[in-house]
Amino acid sequence: MNRTLIIGGILSALMLVAALASFVWTPFDHSAMNIPERLQTPNGTHWFGTDHFGRDLFSMIMVGARTSIAVACVAVGIGIGLGVPLGLWAAARQGGWVDEVIMRGNDLIFAFPSLVIAILITAIFGAGAINAIIAIGIFNIPVFARVTRGGALPLWAREFILAARVAGKGAARISVEHILPNIANLLIVQATIQFSLGILAEAALSYVGLGAQPPTPSWGRMLADAQTLVSIAPHMALVPGFAIILTVLGLNLLGDGLRDALDPKLRVTRV
Amino acid sequence: MLRYTFKRLLSLIVSLAIASLVIFAVIEVAPGDPASFMLGINAAEDTLAALRAELGLDQPKWQRYLAWVGGMMQGDFGTSYQYRTPVSEMIADRLWVSLPLALYALTLSTLIAFPAGIYAASRRGKAGDVSVMGATQIGVAIPNFWFAMILVLIFAINLRWFSAGGFTGWDEGVWAAMKSLTLPAIALALPQAAILARVMRSALLDVLDEDFMRTARAKGLSRAQALRRHGLRNAMIPVLTILGLQFSFLLAGGIIIEQVFYLPGLGRLIFQSISARDLIVVESVTMLLVFAVITVNFLVDLAYAAVDPRLRART
Amino acid sequence: MSLLDIRNLSLSITGTLILQDVSLTLEAGEVVAVTGESGSGKSMTALAVMQLLPSGAEATGRITLDGHDLLMLDEATLCTLRGDLVGMVFQEPMTALNPVQTIGAQVSETVRLHRPDLDSLKRARDVLDRVGLQAIPLTRYPHELSGGQRQRVVIAIAIACGPKLLIADEPTTALDVTTQAQILDLLKQLAAEDGMGLLMITHDLAVVAEIADRITVMRGGKVVEAGDTPALLAAPKHPYTQALLAASNHRVDLPDSNKDTPLLQVKNVVRDYTLPRTRLFAPAGTHRAVDHVSFDIRRGERVGLVGESGCGKSTLTRAILGLEPVQGGSITLDGTPVTDSSVRRKMQVVFQDPYGSFNPRHLVARLISEPFHLLDTPPKDRDARIAAALNDVGLSPEDAQKYPHQFSGGQRQRLAIARALIIRPELVIFDEAVSALDVSVRAQILDLIADLCRQYDLTYLFISHDLSVVRTITDRVMVMQRGRIVEQGETEAVFGAAQHPYTRQLIDAAPTLPEAIT
Repeated sequence: MNRTLIIGGILSALMLVAALASFVWTPFDHSAMNIPERLQTPNGTHWFGTDHFGRDLFSMIMVGARTSIAVACVAVGIGIGLGVPLGLWAAARQGGWVDEVIMRGNDLIFAFPSLVIAILITAIFGAGAINAIIAIGIFNIPVFARVTRGGALPLWAREFILAARVAGKGAARISVEHILPNIANLLIVQATIQFSLGILAEAALSYVGLGAQPPTPSWGRMLADAQTLVSIAPHMALVPGFAIILTVLGLNLLGDGLRDALDPKLRVTRV
Repeated sequence: MLRYTFKRLLSLIVSLAIASLVIFAVIEVAPGDPASFMLGINAAEDTLAALRAELGLDQPKWQRYLAWVGGMMQGDFGTSYQYRTPVSEMIADRLWVSLPLALYALTLSTLIAFPAGIYAASRRGKAGDVSVMGATQIGVAIPNFWFAMILVLIFAINLRWFSAGGFTGWDEGVWAAMKSLTLPAIALALPQAAILARVMRSALLDVLDEDFMRTARAKGLSRAQALRRHGLRNAMIPVLTILGLQFSFLLAGGIIIEQVFYLPGLGRLIFQSISARDLIVVESVTMLLVFAVITVNFLVDLAYAAVDPRLRART
Repeated sequence: MSLLDIRNLSLSITGTLILQDVSLTLEAGEVVAVTGESGSGKSMTALAVMQLLPSGAEATGRITLDGHDLLMLDEATLCTLRGDLVGMVFQEPMTALNPVQTIGAQVSETVRLHRPDLDSLKRARDVLDRVGLQAIPLTRYPHELSGGQRQRVVIAIAIACGPKLLIADEPTTALDVTTQAQILDLLKQLAAEDGMGLLMITHDLAVVAEIADRITVMRGGKVVEAGDTPALLAAPKHPYTQALLAASNHRVDLPDSNKDTPLLQVKNVVRDYTLPRTRLFAPAGTHRAVDHVSFDIRRGERVGLVGESGCGKSTLTRAILGLEPVQGGSITLDGTPVTDSSVRRKMQVVFQDPYGSFNPRHLVARLISEPFHLLDTPPKDRDARIAAALNDVGLSPEDAQKYPHQFSGGQRQRLAIARALIIRPELVIFDEAVSALDVSVRAQILDLIADLCRQYDLTYLFISHDLSVVRTITDRVMVMQRGRIVEQGETEAVFGAAQHPYTRQLIDAAPTLPEAIT
């Protein structure tokens, strides 16, 4: 076991536990306002302090983790669900028109500044978690398609795939039976990276008011609330900020650790 | 080389055409009628019709698409629904904030990342490498808009070295303008520098394993000489890719950073236009950003060919 | 005093012992070959002389080169010696050159580094002329040259400063046999002209016999035997050397067979590849990989197909397997086109790479039973048939529950044969099936194939670039050049009295061990 994997695993698990625990327990009601106790710095009662409405930041962080995980999870799911089959298909038809169309389509999506399009989508179809998920998810599709195809192409040239073809197996069956298990590591590592990027993107969209809407708590919106108060209550910015950094750091370390543990020569796309 | 350039140029045009279609389609399916939005829900039907005719909204879709694209090619981005001023003028003002900001950040990012990446690669596995990589690991995890808030807290509010926001304008002199862009540029650049440094390092390490590096060492080059003379140029190919992507990210990332620093750039324009349902502005600004990204990718492709003779020969 | 004197060199890399008490000497003007199978430590010996060892390597003993005690020198001094006093040529010419620099820049760099007073470009031109690249301008990039030409550039870099010692690590292993002969001649000539010592690392005893004055045989990091080439080849003392020589010259005992009805019929087959367009609107050009090839394989016949890389033999193989479309002609097995799925079960293949031919994530049982997929109904006695197949190839039924990485290269090739034979195909294709193996393992696999012929009356097509292997394992041989079969006939007849000039050229170029031994 390497150290990166352990630290990353612990940080990621911590966030998952916080999110799950929030369903049954939080120190305070995350949405209960308590004006007399507003803008408290971290203390024995309010571990992370309170915001300008006197809401408990610790509780809000716990519930906010839920939003982050849900958005990032579904967005990665969209990327894997559509990107991996497309990548497998493109690799199986290497050099053919299917490959060409899929890869050109990929390039085209990459040509759009992702955040701009996410903003456009959420702005036009309404702000909210669902549209944020779709906007982030769309940009995961080409990432997974590219990684899948990149991992699958060298495999198609390998002799065990030729042997399977000689054994009469079709492209679809070979893709599922031989290719997919051999690129699973690659996909797992890429998924952790996209997951961390999803959390950053969700935070950014919520920060500009296009992500999860009130009353759903979200780390990005907590930062937006903190902005005007940063000079008098810096903890309001520091707490959600550290939550995001530690989570993303944890996921990245987990990804790196997994990569080293699963296959030292694995290549992933990191943008 | 000419053929390569021509081919890339062709693919640039095709990408732009498809991108414009997609953007147009997205705006088309957007709910709400700009005319009724501008005049309010109580507007009379004939006033609405008149406005629609004035804005050209009553024409068939394909005609409006062609008019939009044709106009853009001549520098005419249409007229804002909200302000009734040419969109091109609005964009031009804002561009003078967003573009310098993106370039400033890109320069900073490169200036930090290249030495850091080269240093880490040359110290592979040693303390220097481990600490640089640790720092980049954290840098990658920092949301730039949060980092921007912290910079404001420290350097504007506490130390008062910079102003907390706003833009002096270029009329006040280049120095003052650059100063008001400095904190935003740092906020944008540092997380990107972390990514770039990691890419630089891993590209160099990949090259170090190549057979030709051993040939170079067998000639009598020292490790550092071999890295400089044979490693760097080969490592530039993945690094260029990331540099191209970073430019687009910096342009887009600027949109959010502009919110933090109240900078009058394209980002603020896009947000204002979205809330005012001024879709023609949204459409044109988006297209402009996509155009910038696709053009940068084109330039990156040309840079590949300059670096790699194999590309010049092939296709 | 010798030019190069290695005394009791021991080397460990991160604690693993790689070399143990290796000693050898080399005089100026002498060619010494270090030979052995994979893992013998022969390449590490060469890298130790260059002092270009992987990180974590620790060497003890003494390496003296022209009076310099190499293990005692600091890195800066070593840099002044490398490229000047000693040059090195590597195995893989395709990757040994920097792809983004011209060959002129790469050759002249050595000169600039060690002889700043010389006109480096003029020197580069002279050296490239010397290695036989008179027609190649300095401004060419590596990708514009063939493999043989690139190896000449690598040699030019190594000799640009007139080193006293040239180290060549498997310099011809990646090259075709005719190119190999030219490069060996070049190395021999350069060594003789300059009075340069040549330390040649190679696994190929035939190459050794051709070029070396003296031989050092290594195994598992130790020197097993050393001596003058003719004496050592004529009367090897150590059992390992004897076994190595026997394996290199191995002849299998191929049983007779009835060759009656035609099985595979290849008629006028053409395979064109579309080339990338050179002009935008001009019609795309084509490359004819297989050019009107016709031949029959009769039932019970063992046919060889030889040719150099790019001759079209791989394309032809894939076409026969039905994996590649053809633009003209027909390939039929028992009268049915090979693209027909019913034919697939009658044909199986054994590939070259014992590491790449199995999905690393599947158990052996699943791997070797994959061809059952071709049968209409899966056999009821699946496990018994897997066990029998493993027995046939000299493995045990328990091996079915292992993963491929638990086997050695030779054992994997046995698994590949088990997989090919499990559905009793009528035709087996061996595609460079023994090319990646060490000689002793190769000999065992060839024996296994002969045994299986005895047992099952195999019909096969054996594709190889190695003439000596094809000579012993086939009844009939076809020689392929530029997409055409230029000669075919009984194996012994073709090897004994080749008709086509290209066949003669191939046979002459192939290095051979002196006949007298074994």
